Amino acid sequence: MYDEEELKPFECDGLSAYRKLPLAVALPESEDQIRAVLKICHEGRVPVVFRGAGTGLSGGALPYEHGLLLGLSKLKRILEIDPVARMARVQPGVRNAAISEAVAQHGLYYAPDPSSQIACSIGGNVAENSGGVHCLKYGLTVNNIMKVRFVTIDGELLEIGSEGLDAPGYDLLALITGSEGLLGVVTEITVKLLPSPVKARVVLAAFDDVGKAGQAVADIIAARIIPAGLEMMDKKATGAVEQFIGAGYPLDAEAILLCESDGSEEEVESEISRITEVLRATGATQIRVSRDEAERLKLWAGRKSAFPAVGRILPDYFCLDGTIPRKQLANVLKRIGQMQDTFNLQCANVFHAGDGNLHPLVMFDANDDDQLHRAEQYGAAILELCVEVGGTITGEHGVGIEKINQMCVQYRTPELTTFHSIKHAFDEHGLLNPGKAVPTLQRCAEFGAMHVHRGEEKFPELPRF
Amino acid sequence: MQHFQETIRSAAASQLPLRIRGSGSKDFYGARLEGDVLDTRSYRGIVEYEPTELVFTARAGTPLREVEAALTEKGQMLPFEPPYFGPDATFGGCIASGLSGPRRACLGATRDFVLGVRSLNTSGDDLQFGGQVMKNVAGYDVSRLLTGSFGTLGLIVEVSTKVLPIPDDEQTLRLEMNEKQAIETMNRYAGQPLPLSATCFVENSLYIRFSGAASAVSAARKQLGGETIDGKAFWQSVREQTHPFFSNSGTLWRLSMKSTTAPLMLGPTLIEWNGSLRWISVDADLENMQSAASKAGGYATLFRAQTRPKAIQYLSPTMLALHKRIKRALDPEGIFGPHRLHDEF
Ligand SMILES: Cc1cc2nc3c(=O)[nH]c(=O)nc-3n(C[C@H](O)[C@H](O)[C@H](O)COP(=O)(O)OP(=O)(O)OC[C@H]3O[C@@H](n4cnc5c(N)ncnc54)[C@H](O)[C@@H]3O)c2cc1C
Repeated sequence: MYDEEELKPFECDGLSAYRKLPLAVALPESEDQIRAVLKICHEGRVPVVFRGAGTGLSGGALPYEHGLLLGLSKLKRILEIDPVARMARVQPGVRNAAISEAVAQHGLYYAPDPSSQIACSIGGNVAENSGGVHCLKYGLTVNNIMKVRFVTIDGELLEIGSEGLDAPGYDLLALITGSEGLLGVVTEITVKLLPSPVKARVVLAAFDDVGKAGQAVADIIAARIIPAGLEMMDKKATGAVEQFIGAGYPLDAEAILLCESDGSEEEVESEISRITEVLRATGATQIRVSRDEAERLKLWAGRKSAFPAVGRILPDYFCLDGTIPRKQLANVLKRIGQMQDTFNLQCANVFHAGDGNLHPLVMFDANDDDQLHRAEQYGAAILELCVEVGGTITGEHGVGIEKINQMCVQYRTPELTTFHSIKHAFDEHGLLNPGKAVPTLQRCAEFGAMHVHRGEEKFPELPRF
Repeated sequence: MQHFQETIRSAAASQLPLRIRGSGSKDFYGARLEGDVLDTRSYRGIVEYEPTELVFTARAGTPLREVEAALTEKGQMLPFEPPYFGPDATFGGCIASGLSGPRRACLGATRDFVLGVRSLNTSGDDLQFGGQVMKNVAGYDVSRLLTGSFGTLGLIVEVSTKVLPIPDDEQTLRLEMNEKQAIETMNRYAGQPLPLSATCFVENSLYIRFSGAASAVSAARKQLGGETIDGKAFWQSVREQTHPFFSNSGTLWRLSMKSTTAPLMLGPTLIEWNGSLRWISVDADLENMQSAASKAGGYATLFRAQTRPKAIQYLSPTMLALHKRIKRALDPEGIFGPHRLHDEF
């Protein structure tokens, strides 16, 4: 497709503040077609950006104006389910939730459950190493896939991983997971399936202070409990959710925790009583345990709809994704709160507390240039704060275009050089997803010139202008 | 660190290979051992350990037993039960070999728990990938690439891993059956919500370990029947390959494959990981073992042999070419453990 009208639906992903039209869009129907298209692009040195469902939040699937956008949406077949060996082989365009739906009849499920799971594609999950509310116990995408078919820019097909639990040579499966479409395209995925737990119950705990909620998270872990999920939301987030779907969250609480236990009847009962004990001791003002599956799902529905709920307050939001050591939760939340005044913008907080993975939602109106600019600065300040306390700029959403400058804060020249060498080993001419995920040293020098971090001059070896 | 950097820089300048080594407990593994030994053991010590963060950081030369002792004291463990294969095994060697023990199929492998690696490259640059947080997708996952690379892509100097609480209770039972029945049984139980933490078949016995809350372990134990045995000694012998099965001094093959694969009938076999790991004691060539494994969706490794083999694993031509490019990308001078893993890189 190359008519402007046809290209329009592909102009952005979930980071809708940035939009661009590609030269053309191709929607192949088979791996052979993908290989043929890539060969042509390779020969003609045409840049290529892959796109799954376009739910990414870092602009990873933002088109390149002088390149092709290659969408995987037509490759959406589940090719094989092997319930005994507990694995499924699927095409990259299959929706995350569709896998668990298809294998449920065998008492199995696919564990990583991003909140976007009804829409996002498994290929996109691999490209971003996506997580979900249950990854504290069950891991991220990288821990739950066994094998992929992978096509590099020259059309070469690789089988990475195996149907066993490891593969010969280097761990290339880990290397390509989370590589954001910079190394090649995933054309088939074999995922690991887990037996569905017999039972799951969730505890909702309310706190009159964010610090106490943060402490409760540490106390649960200290009590040797690894909950299936451990999520936190602040007052702004619960307020938005209540207006949106009415999950039954207490509106007067400064923060709430959702803590899930799953497993056999015996495991869940004993864990739930230990969890409630810890929460009470940390000073929860209210504790509610789901009595049945309907109540459990309702409590989670609130968490899973937090982003769209916030999206109804102001037309746009940046969803940040920094991850920090758990012990820094209260401190970082306080500082994020204080920055609201600095940038004169509102920020709601939703996060995977058990993993220390924050999702501050900075709200703004993109039609107002000044607000957009302030929101970008606010976001950057939050990410730099995460690095400062020993964390990372992205836990699961990827760098994309959004956090490209903050890569210069997190890494120094030798690490970035290593990344570029790896990229070169897969994509010599730099045709895949140019300008994303790994900044050039030049870009970092320019960024560093505007932005001296902690008084250190970064990239002193590069010329400045 | 400075000593390491100087050693690496001078090796790179004179194009002389370096063989990174802890205690040498995994020296048996690999095709060739080339170059001067760079001993990591002087760089040791726990860097940071806060149990409530579930993160443990130590220097590469720290003895693995010190690492495990520090964790045990706080009621935690390395979830991947790494084999030592020698009393003085180091933490760095454990990560660089990437080998995992009995708990692997249920909780995950070494690579699943590695959060961050600090390493030195061929120029002696001090690099930090990943970190001390649970999730990090900024940049390519170099920490996991270095895990299991056997010192061929750089010198690992410090590692952070995720750790987990030691389960409250553990019980092991033994059921008598043949290999075919054992493979079916392992797979059947692995597909059920049971607190499984390891399975092993050897000499007409299937061993199953449950770990977790005491109530859940006893419930599972009751459901399955069989004879209860002293699990500790048994699993230790599987993890360290001191079980009589491994006493045969011939060649030991490690086949990784689809867990449901029927008995391969290639020689005496010990099975782990719910059926997906098969140890086979037989004198055979790589081609034949690889062909049997690849029919089952997997691959073969020549794990231990009397004489150093030319290759321990087979890589397809496209995969081999990519491996060479990656080796060149991370170690352009080719000084780190050349030919340890493969004749061609
Ligand atoms: C409301 C909402 C909630 C979300 N919640 C979560 C969450 O809980 N956890 C989480 O981790 N993420 C979450 N996300 C982010 C997003 O859903 C994930 O990153 C998801 O994995 C993206 O999948 P996609 O198919 O939409 O990929 P896209 O957005 O289409 O693409 C993402 C990146 O992957 C590349 N790519 C896509 N397919 C392939 C392929 N087959 N081969 C190679 N590269 C490819 C693209 O080039 C791009 O760089 C959320 C997003 C939204 C909008």
